Amino acid sequence: MKILVVDDEADVQPLFLQRFRKEIRNHELEFNFALSGEEALDYLKEKHSEVVLILSDINMPGMSGFDLLTRIRNDYGIPPPPVVMMITAYGDEESYQQAMDKGANDFLTKPLDFNLLKEKLKPLIV
Amino acid sequence: MHFFPFLAAFLLIRHLQRSLKFSPLLPKWKNMFWVGTATIVVLFFAFLKDKHGVLNDFVGVAVLGSLLYYLYNEPDFKPFHSYLFSHLPLLAAAFIGACVRLINEDFYEDFSSVFQIAIVGAFIWIFARVANSKKQDEALRVAAERKAELEALVKERTAELTLQKNELEQAVTELKSTQAQLIQAEKMASLGELTAGIAHEIQNPLNFVNNFSEVSMELIEEMEQELERGDIEEAIAIASDVKQNLEKIGFHGKRADGIVKGMLQHSRASTGQKELADINVLADEYFRLSYHGLRAKDKSFNATLVTNFTPGLPQVNIIQQDVGRVILNLFNNAFYAVQQRQKQSSSDYKPTVEVSTALLIGFIQIRIKDNGTGIPDEIKEKIMQPFFTTKPTGEGTGLGLSLSYDIIVKAHNGTIDIDSKENDYTQFTIKLPLTN
Repeated sequence: MKILVVDDEADVQPLFLQRFRKEIRNHELEFNFALSGEEALDYLKEKHSEVVLILSDINMPGMSGFDLLTRIRNDYGIPPPPVVMMITAYGDEESYQQAMDKGANDFLTKPLDFNLLKEKLKPLIV
Repeated sequence: MHFFPFLAAFLLIRHLQRSLKFSPLLPKWKNMFWVGTATIVVLFFAFLKDKHGVLNDFVGVAVLGSLLYYLYNEPDFKPFHSYLFSHLPLLAAAFIGACVRLINEDFYEDFSSVFQIAIVGAFIWIFARVANSKKQDEALRVAAERKAELEALVKERTAELTLQKNELEQAVTELKSTQAQLIQAEKMASLGELTAGIAHEIQNPLNFVNNFSEVSMELIEEMEQELERGDIEEAIAIASDVKQNLEKIGFHGKRADGIVKGMLQHSRASTGQKELADINVLADEYFRLSYHGLRAKDKSFNATLVTNFTPGLPQVNIIQQDVGRVILNLFNNAFYAVQQRQKQSSSDYKPTVEVSTALLIGFIQIRIKDNGTGIPDEIKEKIMQPFFTTKPTGEGTGLGLSLSYDIIVKAHNGTIDIDSKENDYTQFTIKLPLTN
């Protein structure tokens, strides 16, 4: 299963790679990374059919996670639409509601609880 | 003709007596005046019988001369000196007449009318002078009165001014202490605005520290398993990952450390010490703090942050904390402006704040530009004034830009320029001299 992680902090990349070390080695999961919403859209242009899950930070310079979410829901509505989980350091009700209104499937707060994330991924892994 | 000096002496004493009528000096001189008058009269009559004798003339000259000499040397009569001097022509005329008469009686008789005219003329001269000096005295008296009035007025005004000066000095002292308090309050207010941004900025590296240390624990366990299994190669790969993680923990720990240090530095009173600083680092740090500060208050707010830092800028000698405050202030203003414009505009408005640095000849330039509400022309002149703010009451102190001006221009010999177009953009340009 292909997962796209969108975060302007480059250091999330080794973190995901190490946390999902076993899953990657067993070819259960494949991670790709984008450092901005713009970069994510570029990537999706080519490979949107392959990407099953998008994990996106909300708070990024330039295009925000919400903007990205709106674009994904507008541009890639053909079934099956990708699962989008929003991640933010601001775990408040307002952000949660906004994410849900814009069509997010889930909402995670930083610091990421990877065990929780793994639980959430289980039903997605075919 | 001997008659005139006597008469002049007699009138001189009478005149003095009259002049001193209301003066405290009169009792002292009263008797002397009578003695003088009596002496003159007695002498006049004593020598009267020598009707055409030359002796009579000399006695008259002597009487007038000694009287003048005596009065001239009395300090009490100093104000009358010019009056006394007016008798000198008569004295001289009478004396010359008497001398000529003594030497050559015939010559004198031939020209007696000339001498007589001279003596009468000199006598009249005295009265002309008296009349004239009376006029002058009157003018002087008026001038003296006016002077006294003016002096009293000046004294009064001086007293008022001294009082005002003291009050003003007091006010200035109070203002100075108020200003110091306000500067501190402003600093604290901007720190308050920053708190959320700072929390976010610290939270991020802390998350990494926690995540990387957790994942490293897992990796170590895995490494142990691999070693037990004898897969040395895999164990070495894991060890290299762990090493990398520890580096990242160190890096993010230092990042949080730097932020906390910066915050403490911001809240402390300025040391006023100039030190070499990297403008790019300073600007970058406050750029993010300011952005997250605003975002923490308004979650729906999002802006594009553009940085155009010229790499390899020389360090500048500045009071870091103060210049940092200026930059922070300008960022806060910029984000506020784009946020305000976003509230008024359609959804295709893209809030953008841009910071750029450049090296000019002798200067480092920092430019902060936003595409926010802009500054209307009518308030452009006012924005640097203390306490001027367009924010609602309680939201702005109105001191930000005024303090910024003081810091950049007065303390660092730099310049701060504003370029703005309403509903288009605002651009602040700071230039700091490299030699400070």
